Amino acid sequence: MPQYLVAGYLPDDFDPSQMDEAVGREIHALNKEMIAAGVRKFACGLGAAKSLRGQADGGVLITDGPYLEAKEHIGGFWILECADMDEALAWARKGVAATRGQVEVREIFFNPAPD
Amino acid sequence: MSLGCMSNIAKTIEAVWKIESTRLIAAIARVTRDIGIAEELAQDALVTALEVWPEEGIPDNPAAWLMKAARRRAIDSLRRGRMLVQKHEELARELEWQEQRLGDALEHSLDQVIDDDVLRLIFTACHPVLAVEGRIALTLRLIGGLTTAEIARAFLVPEKTLGQRISRAKKTLSEAHVPFETPSGDELRRRVESVLLVVYLIFNEGYTATEGDEWMRAALSEEALRLGRMLRQLLPGESEVHALVALMELQGSRERARRGKNGQAVLLPDQDRSLWDHAQIQRGMTALEQAQRLGGGAKPYALQAAIAACHMRARTAEETDWDRIVLLYDALLQINPSPIVALNRAVAVGMVQGPAAGLDAVDAAAALAGDSALPGYHLFPSVRGDLLMKMGRLAEAREEIQRAMAMTKNLREQELLANRLKQLEKADFSG
Repeated sequence: MPQYLVAGYLPDDFDPSQMDEAVGREIHALNKEMIAAGVRKFACGLGAAKSLRGQADGGVLITDGPYLEAKEHIGGFWILECADMDEALAWARKGVAATRGQVEVREIFFNPAPD
Repeated sequence: MSLGCMSNIAKTIEAVWKIESTRLIAAIARVTRDIGIAEELAQDALVTALEVWPEEGIPDNPAAWLMKAARRRAIDSLRRGRMLVQKHEELARELEWQEQRLGDALEHSLDQVIDDDVLRLIFTACHPVLAVEGRIALTLRLIGGLTTAEIARAFLVPEKTLGQRISRAKKTLSEAHVPFETPSGDELRRRVESVLLVVYLIFNEGYTATEGDEWMRAALSEEALRLGRMLRQLLPGESEVHALVALMELQGSRERARRGKNGQAVLLPDQDRSLWDHAQIQRGMTALEQAQRLGGGAKPYALQAAIAACHMRARTAEETDWDRIVLLYDALLQINPSPIVALNRAVAVGMVQGPAAGLDAVDAAAALAGDSALPGYHLFPSVRGDLLMKMGRLAEAREEIQRAMAMTKNLREQELLANRLKQLEKADFSG
């Protein structure tokens, strides 16, 4: 069955300590629901980004902050196993409701085997 | 909303229904205590959604919307019943109170829906009081969120027949006063067995496609896997749940290798093993280890999964650990002395001790079947034909394979057997 990345976007200056308690509860409930439905493969929230840029001299420059300049960045994501894109979108819709945020869905096209 | 979105709205509703229906039905059933009524109310809500959503768009919270619609229908039907008894004032008051209570209960039931409700729903749909085919249909309908038409298509029966099967099952549950609950103690074990049987039958219906719509059958296997994974979350302590997931993952991992370029069946020894899904094999192995860790290594699904694992571990057909497979079949035969298990064991014995010993084991398996069991089970003559061919008894082999061909309606099986006959002719000619 195909897998989908359902990524939630947060504003750049997001402060988890300021998150509404109800939002936390709803996200938790949604996670439980995804698990009970057997679709959730993985879920996580992400910490602050470090960016690595290759330099002309072959070196790598590490800086604080996400690579792309934007007002919002990925704050966390789910990996879901769904029958098709429509089902993934239906879950993502619930993700929008629970997180009060923006969500992006992408099919995971390949998943290299460990050996 | 753009036009593009509008044209997809039916698919969107279908997808929403697929992920919401189980919890919706479970939540209503907690109040009505009757999964038949719960299913009808949920279905009514879906019909309303199909009318309203294309006009007004998908609501922000589709689950809550569907629940509200179901609640309205529940109160409506209570009121309709009330019209008949309006004259009795006391009864009318009682009904008003009931209406209020029903409304309140449904209003809040979705907020509180917990995994247990879904589990109760699964246990009720798979209740042993139902015929197995009724359990399968009800499970796909209530937990899988499949439509009657889809289930009918998958099982190659007319939609009307399937509809009757479902309503008969609901009626039986209602008449038997089957409680909406998760059993405990010894009863739990028995009921888990019934649930696992239903899931495995659904998987096999999809996997061993005897005939018919292949796309729909693949959907059945995936649905079974999903049910299995769902059960694993709900019953993490039951080793056989993990074992069944392992068995389905390991068998399912061969899916891409089971068909040749022209759609013909490719048997295990001839499969291109690089086409196996190694991520899925890994998941199956992990699930099997979990079943064994829970102390269930000697139970039926764990043994079958362990046999599948022997095949999956072998990088070539020649590397297969047939000794171990015979031992596992011995153990399986002890718990489940069925002719099919005995026949599979006979194949393994043939690989370890040679075709003559295999042939003896087939005859023992056939004796186990007696006269009554497995009429038309074409694998007996098919295996016998194989072994006889290896022994060089070609005339007898040909007879057996012809017998097998006459016994199966499956075109792919017939193709395989016809190829075998061709090989025989060649061997005969060159010999």
